Amino acid sequence: MRHRLQFAGKKLLRMLLLLLGVSLAAFLLMAASPMDPLQTNVGQAALGSMSQEQIAQLEDYWGVNTPLPERYLGWLSAALRGDLGTSLLYRQPVLQIVAERLGNSLGLLLSAWVLSGALGLTLGVLAGAFRDRWPDRLIRGWCLLLSSTPAFWLALLLLMVFSVWLGWFPIGLSVPIGAAAEQVSFLERLRHAFLPALTLSVTGVSGIALHTREKMADVMESDYVLFARARGESLGGIVLRHGLRNVALPAITLQFASVSEIIGGSVLVEQVFSYPGLGQAAVNAGLGGDLPLLLGITVITAAVVFGGSLAADLLYGAVDPEIRRGAAKG
Amino acid sequence: MNPVLQVEHLSISFTQYDRGTRRRRLPVIRDLSFSVQPGQVVAVVGASGSGKSLLAHGILGILPYNSAMEGTILYQGEPLTRKRLETLRGREIALIPQGVTYLDPRMEVGAQLRKGRSDLSAREKSRNVLARYGLGPEVERLYPFELSGGMARRVLIATAVMEQPGLILADEPTPGLDARAAGRILGHIRERAEEGTGVLFITHDLELALTIAHRVLVLYAGETIEEADASDFAAGRLRHPYTRALWNALPCNGFQPIPGSQPGPGEIADGCQFAPRCARCRAVCRREASVPYVPFRNGMVRCRFPEGGERV
Amino acid sequence: MNALNRRQRTRLLLLAAGAVLLAVTLAGMLCRERAMETDFSRVNLAPGLSCLFGTDWMGRDMLARTLAGLSLSIRIGALTACVSAAIALALGVVSALSRAADALLSWLMDLFLGIPHILLVMLISLAFGRGFVGVAAGVSLSHWPSLARVIRGEVLQLRQAVYVQTARKLGVSRLRVVRRHLLPHLLPQVLTGLILQFPHAILHEASVTFLGFGLSSEQPAIGVILSESMRYLTTGRWWLALFPGLALVGVVLLFAAVGEHLRRLLSPSSAHQ
Repeated sequence: MRHRLQFAGKKLLRMLLLLLGVSLAAFLLMAASPMDPLQTNVGQAALGSMSQEQIAQLEDYWGVNTPLPERYLGWLSAALRGDLGTSLLYRQPVLQIVAERLGNSLGLLLSAWVLSGALGLTLGVLAGAFRDRWPDRLIRGWCLLLSSTPAFWLALLLLMVFSVWLGWFPIGLSVPIGAAAEQVSFLERLRHAFLPALTLSVTGVSGIALHTREKMADVMESDYVLFARARGESLGGIVLRHGLRNVALPAITLQFASVSEIIGGSVLVEQVFSYPGLGQAAVNAGLGGDLPLLLGITVITAAVVFGGSLAADLLYGAVDPEIRRGAAKG
Repeated sequence: MNPVLQVEHLSISFTQYDRGTRRRRLPVIRDLSFSVQPGQVVAVVGASGSGKSLLAHGILGILPYNSAMEGTILYQGEPLTRKRLETLRGREIALIPQGVTYLDPRMEVGAQLRKGRSDLSAREKSRNVLARYGLGPEVERLYPFELSGGMARRVLIATAVMEQPGLILADEPTPGLDARAAGRILGHIRERAEEGTGVLFITHDLELALTIAHRVLVLYAGETIEEADASDFAAGRLRHPYTRALWNALPCNGFQPIPGSQPGPGEIADGCQFAPRCARCRAVCRREASVPYVPFRNGMVRCRFPEGGERV
Repeated sequence: MNALNRRQRTRLLLLAAGAVLLAVTLAGMLCRERAMETDFSRVNLAPGLSCLFGTDWMGRDMLARTLAGLSLSIRIGALTACVSAAIALALGVVSALSRAADALLSWLMDLFLGIPHILLVMLISLAFGRGFVGVAAGVSLSHWPSLARVIRGEVLQLRQAVYVQTARKLGVSRLRVVRRHLLPHLLPQVLTGLILQFPHAILHEASVTFLGFGLSSEQPAIGVILSESMRYLTTGRWWLALFPGLALVGVVLLFAAVGEHLRRLLSPSSAHQ
């Protein structure tokens, strides 16, 4: 047990260091941008009509004149106290915006994560079990097609077919325009989130399915599956008893690694469906030069991704008998 | 009485790519014939990498996808078809594989023995079978990585006798064990034979084979070159020069190795495969297309000029 | 299996795919003028015989725009895949040969993998001021980790090889060992890695451009075309989105197929299928 705790502690420390690195890298990248936040957000014409004092005030607001190290350290010390700054575009605390947007996106992300994982695992196991036969060819072809399809185009297609032609789903926004969020029924929310969630789930499947297929194919070629066949176990029995058991561990890693991909995909999908989630906020922040917001979103997303990989490591240890028994002895 | 297993003209080959885009078929086992009687231990002896394991896999119908098999195999006098195999595998015909990698690394031993059944009678049976080989009930809860080498072998034998098989295919069941442990494992196998099970014992180790086998088949370059009674060895009644060389290379007989090596599956030449290493080789041995496998002095031999033959 | 065996078919397929991709690239370069040409006498035409892919609200020929966009995508894909393969090769070799560099690099890779890919490309593109330079830098600088990892593993294996050990014991300099013994063995790996990066590079370029962080809106890029098409979706002009997207998927599929077949030809594990 002590061994496991030490392991978790080390992982946690590395994760914090990585998070620090992410914040610094994102900060530097944004600070290096030649984009002038004033011109982007206030506009050339408006700037021309302003007095020097007004411009100086604006420059202060957008933090143009503060030296870089000072700005980063300022941000960091505030961040450590739990304050990620104020969004320049929305004029609200970053944390508040992220919380609100994440709340909108959470259902989308979670359902896509679970669905794509379950579907990917099933397809991958099937393809691996029937390697080079028609189910495998079909699944592999489908996955190749999916992974060659840009998520935003798939979103466009679905929008075109189901919202514009068939009219089954609304064209955009997670809530009807003009309605307060509290008044929107759960069903209405579901209707708005359905297509984005579907797009995200579908695009997430191929990576998981193809990787699972490789693992499953390895398992099917292993000595122990050969021996199981020699002992008269049926293909179905082998897949269920030996296949799933041995594919489970890599599947855990894959599933948690896909967190990053799902969040990335949501940036594109939310843009197409004009879904007011975290991804859309990231695009707006990037296009508008809103450094605190984009930085906040990047750091929080990275924290989620690293948290996922930490969870995968811990879960791995709990599931793998070799690690579990080793830990019990040590 | 019918033999348990009768193999006639069995050939196994692989499809392989050469450099570039040429395909070719590699014959691994060619024209193999033998039979196993109930209660008899037949050893197949051949150098490592000569495709002996494939023989067991071929009989069980579990060869890899890029291989092909020809010839007939009879079990209890009837052809071993794909369909019949499905009902026989693991019940009537059992395999004792080479090592611990043949056990699922993530499944407890007991569950593997019982093949997923968990009813009381299955549990009792697995406990009894383990006990028979000196393994306590606690072994059921262990994972394969927690087994020692000797324990793993005994577990593998236990898997074979969960049912009452008529034929056991033992594929190198003792490598990595010291002589005493290996002897114990072979004792267990011999015990099964004494209860009437036919055993095909596949090994590279002639000395080991002679400790339990009744009949010995010697493989060279994918062909059987001799079938002899186990007693023929000590009595010096051997037929083929290669068998003689194998016997002489044993530590107890002076440890005299012969120079050269076996041709691989891709290097099969015309004529006698052993010719380049044979002291008794004549010009005709290299010329003629292939050497016939013929009965000779109460055994079989694939040699034009066998030892003790008067046809010189 | 008929007259041709699998390997011969693979080679034929590779040649055909390569020819198609080359033709698209060249055609797109020739179409560039036409792709920008506005003609208000034929705005919003549905696909028909005169304009196979239809026209947009400025009367621009969508076929020409699609071809030009694909050509642009392929060329940017080629550039970024080459740059990132070069980075991966350099970093992979260095990390295999030096322990400190290895630790630093694995940390850096974890860092890169922590930020969702599209967000990372956006950030890098911002740093370089968006536009062509931005998106090229974004895609090149974010795609190396996976290939670098493969190369690192390969080098570690090669280093254990007898002839490399011998060369080092004979006092051959480290640089010379790398150049004479390692690079020739790595080349096929890098080549397949490079081709396999193409689909990702093209997709990410299109995505980032679609979001507005890539090529500027005057360019006839697929991302721009699709982003513009969004505004006309509700009016039923489906062809603006359908054909350019389909064509993009086709090109990406071709590259993926080429990469996959190359990998299979070169990988020893599947040599006998």
